[in-house]
Amino acid sequence: MDLQALRLSFTLAALTTVVLLVVGLPLASWLATSRWRWKPVIEAVVALPLVLPPTVLGFYLLVAMGPRSPVGQAWIATFGRPLAFSFEGLLVASILYSLPFAVQPFAASLSSVDRRLVEASHTLGVSRLGTFFRVTLPLALPGIVAGAVLTFAHALGEFGVVLMVGGNIAGETRTLSIAIFDSVEQLDYATAGRTALFLLTVSFLVLVVTYALRRRPVAG
Amino acid sequence: MTVRLVLDVQRTFAGGSSIHVRLDEPLVPGEVLVLFGPSGAGKSTVLRAVAGLDRPDGGAIRFDGETWFDAAAGVHVPPQRRRVGFLFQDLALFPHLSVEGNVGFGLGHLVREDRRDRVGETARMLRVEELLGRRTGTLSGGERQRVALARALAPRPRLLLLDEPLSALDAPLRESLRGELGALLRRLGIPSIVVTHDRTEALALGSRIAVLAGGAVRQVGRVEEVFGAPVDLEVARVVGTENVIPVRVVSREEGLVIVEAGPARLVSVDPGGLPGEAFACIRAEEVVLEGAPAGATSARNHLRGKVIRLVNEGPLVRVTLDCGFPLVALVTRSGARDLGLAPGREVSALVKAPAVRLVPRG
Repeated sequence: MDLQALRLSFTLAALTTVVLLVVGLPLASWLATSRWRWKPVIEAVVALPLVLPPTVLGFYLLVAMGPRSPVGQAWIATFGRPLAFSFEGLLVASILYSLPFAVQPFAASLSSVDRRLVEASHTLGVSRLGTFFRVTLPLALPGIVAGAVLTFAHALGEFGVVLMVGGNIAGETRTLSIAIFDSVEQLDYATAGRTALFLLTVSFLVLVVTYALRRRPVAG
Repeated sequence: MTVRLVLDVQRTFAGGSSIHVRLDEPLVPGEVLVLFGPSGAGKSTVLRAVAGLDRPDGGAIRFDGETWFDAAAGVHVPPQRRRVGFLFQDLALFPHLSVEGNVGFGLGHLVREDRRDRVGETARMLRVEELLGRRTGTLSGGERQRVALARALAPRPRLLLLDEPLSALDAPLRESLRGELGALLRRLGIPSIVVTHDRTEALALGSRIAVLAGGAVRQVGRVEEVFGAPVDLEVARVVGTENVIPVRVVSREEGLVIVEAGPARLVSVDPGGLPGEAFACIRAEEVVLEGAPAGATSARNHLRGKVIRLVNEGPLVRVTLDCGFPLVALVTRSGARDLGLAPGREVSALVKAPAVRLVPRG
């Protein structure tokens, strides 16, 4: 098994999960409480990666990151190297592609917290942010952990978008799923099989953990 | 120190119904203002607006000279800065925290030792000290309510709001907690507002009462006044056809209580645990009228009275008597005709002892 690809995949998945916890929780919190009339549009945008072929998302990301786009040019001007076909570009793509896998379970578990408890906290003088950390977050934690685990697993196995945006550069953008593809192309079925079995096992364990968390009743 | 609450709450709901509740009431520490009315009358909406949990569509709310809400001026003070205690109908205890964590939840502004002292002090007052280490899921109904009250009272609110405080409890518990809650609210030294649709609850807890019907305040006054003399038919329908007479316990014997109601005496069945002061409640339907003087009867209460007023209510006539206190009887039209009822006529009012219900005075 390609250990370099393994390390790369884990780093990518871990960073994706961390970023989505930081970015996804406020977004999910907003989705869970907002009554804005255009909210369905935002919800649809968040859910798009679920239905869109990875190649479509990958294509647009590639164009957006390319050296001729404003984003690509700004990146080159700042960091001195292109965003497309780099690990950073891959991370951006992975975050966007995994967005619904994080935000949807986050929002579901946040909105399952009884509104009365939030209101009780407010009448006791605790600010909105304080209430989020002292009431909403602890009560929604099982769902948030489940969402984070799911995001990690999803990012670990991502293939289509990675191929479009990252290509296949060893140590930079070659992830496990790309390595499997590589092995098969070289007719090295033994290596492909080992890597595939590894990903299958990890994904299965992750799902077991996720469902176990979902079943756990809230302590009370 | 009396504070003034001035309310003008306007709200239109999704279904098209709307409420417009106006109230200007002095709130006395240790006294309870009851917002009374059928469900859908807007009681809870008003309470939530006072707490700052909901923002009305129009109007203003002022408490003790402070403006908490003013639609025209665009003022809405958030609940965090109103310093009110709110007791939710379902109590809304935090399930992930211990009793101690719940009681001390609103004390984040205090340093650790002060917080511990305040939690202990509040827990003692509500007799939940032994429960502090427990999780809320293991508490009984009565314990949960005391913990919720302790949590609301620990930050020393200026006003306590209670939304149907006894409705989540089962009947026997409700009976025993009613008196306890009333005594506690009087002892607290802060004003309270209680929302309820339960007459007994209003009598046991309330000092003053505002009757809400059809999204507006219909009558405000002392509880026994409003229950005893509803201003119009709608209020009468909401509060029920009930006589509420302030009485004093004179003696008890053989499971019966004798109480003094003005110049008259009433016999009732002893409900137990009654203090000296109480309300005697008699439904107008339960009062039988006879031409004076009445003959021998099994009814224990014979009251001599003079007819003051007759009001037709469909097939019935609402007869108001002066028996030293006002007493309302509901009789059929033919019954009234046979007796020759007219203002000034002397009659006997008969009430069976079990029909006189005694409620501890709030």
